[in-house]
Amino acid sequence: MRVMAIVKATKETEQGVLPTEKELAEMGRFNEELVKAGVMLAGDGLHPSSKGKRVVYGDKPTVIDGPFAETKELIAGFWIWQVRSMDEALEWARRAPFGPGSVLELRPIFEAEDFGEAYTPEIRAQEDRIRDELQRQQQRA
Amino acid sequence: MVDATQRSIETIWRIEAARLIGGLVRLVGDVDRAEDLAQEALLAALEHWPSAGIPANPGAWLMTAAKHRALDEARRARRIEEKHAAIEREAQRAHRFDEEAVGQPGDDVLRLVLAACHPVLSREARVALTLRLVAGLTTAEIARAFLVTEQAMAQRIVRAKRTLAEAKVPFEVPAGAELHARIPPALEVVYLIFNEGYTATAGADWIRPALCQEAMRLARVLAALVPDEAEAHGLLALLELQASRIPARLGPRGEPVLLLDQDRSKWDRLLVTRGLAALERAEALARPLGPYTLQAAIAACHARARTPEETDWERIVALYDGLAALTGSPVVELNRAVAVAMAYGPAAGLALVDRLAGERALRSYHLLPAVRADLLLKLERRAEAKAELERAAALATNERERELLLLRAAGCGTAN
Repeated sequence: MRVMAIVKATKETEQGVLPTEKELAEMGRFNEELVKAGVMLAGDGLHPSSKGKRVVYGDKPTVIDGPFAETKELIAGFWIWQVRSMDEALEWARRAPFGPGSVLELRPIFEAEDFGEAYTPEIRAQEDRIRDELQRQQQRA
Repeated sequence: MVDATQRSIETIWRIEAARLIGGLVRLVGDVDRAEDLAQEALLAALEHWPSAGIPANPGAWLMTAAKHRALDEARRARRIEEKHAAIEREAQRAHRFDEEAVGQPGDDVLRLVLAACHPVLSREARVALTLRLVAGLTTAEIARAFLVTEQAMAQRIVRAKRTLAEAKVPFEVPAGAELHARIPPALEVVYLIFNEGYTATAGADWIRPALCQEAMRLARVLAALVPDEAEAHGLLALLELQASRIPARLGPRGEPVLLLDQDRSKWDRLLVTRGLAALERAEALARPLGPYTLQAAIAACHARARTPEETDWERIVALYDGLAALTGSPVVELNRAVAVAMAYGPAAGLALVDRLAGERALRSYHLLPAVRADLLLKLERRAEAKAELERAAALATNERERELLLLRAAGCGTAN
């Protein structure tokens, strides 16, 4: 499964405070671990919301310039991880080098091949048949 | 809470198993013993962590626990003093090494990959051992994925470990040309795992996505471990580009949809982007291109085309020329014939296919008559096409493919 790990903004990220050399090095090591484990598919940091814009849809779209007020709801960066379970995503999150006050939100990404139209009841039934057959073989063995 | 901790411990095992076992192999020089020690450390974790909490660095905790066990064992066995001291020295050295090199356990994982994929083992054994030791899957999971009983898979793994021990396979990571020579068997294992997931060779189950995911993960791990190996990036590119089509490969009733009929908007753009990037790295590293990189380059021609009509078939033919020269495989020749038909017309393709008709290796290969049927249809030779489709159906081992071929044969009707 894929999970988006969303790094929430803080006062510092919104003020455009750049990470220290130590923080950069720690994050670099963590990213390297993710790559070496085959987990990281993508990831990037975002500029503060002062450089962003919002498009609000009504009868016609209107544009609102940043910065936006609700800091805790804003996003400062993201990863996309390929993991086996939410538990694994949690374990990687535990290892991320964030200090007190930081928030990382983990959200599973919809994937067509998991439960989309390809995964029909018919295919599920086939898998069950194979499992049954395996069990029978095992009992015979 | 206990449940949550136990699930965490299982997860940590999957993440840490490869470096843990790889590090222990360095210490004790035996895969089987290393795995036992790692499992014992895992049991210790299951005992301690639910009450004491998960340590900040669970991998290091497991490694320390396993090493203590190794030392205890050595003491109990009353090995000669020197041997004991040597192990202790190595353990201390290794411990320091771990502390110095947190986040760089690459050598240990590579050591394990090379051992699990050692040429002294059969392909089947290599696949099983890699999934068990490097990917951290349970024997039951591997057995299910390969449609054999758990008992049979357990025996396969035990035999594989015994073979490694009997062959006295050395566990150091070689350098230079020697390392280069050890990479292809490892890449092959990853490719086999992916293919097992991508197309079931027998039976009705068409996609087992978990194996594809494990293979892609292994390919990413390998590309990161040996970043100078062009073919590691080539294989990764090939897998990501092929996997990008998984969402489009099945129709609403679970029937396979051919590449040119697929809804390209369903292709996974993230995997396409990653695949093309990996291909670029492979192409920058290699001249001439290796077989995985060539296949990835062919897949990339499809990935880059927004519609089937935009496909650069002439380039695909050229890439197949390279691949055919490299592999001499009649299956590659058959694919080349398809590309030639697309680039230069069905008659040109059919001439090449007919030349392959006598190939012994293709005698029971259902795609030979299937391809021939396609080309005959394009040339409006429907009766011959029908016969070829029926022949293909009789040879197909995948039930869904067989159904599809029979359906198409019926579709040829009695039009002429």
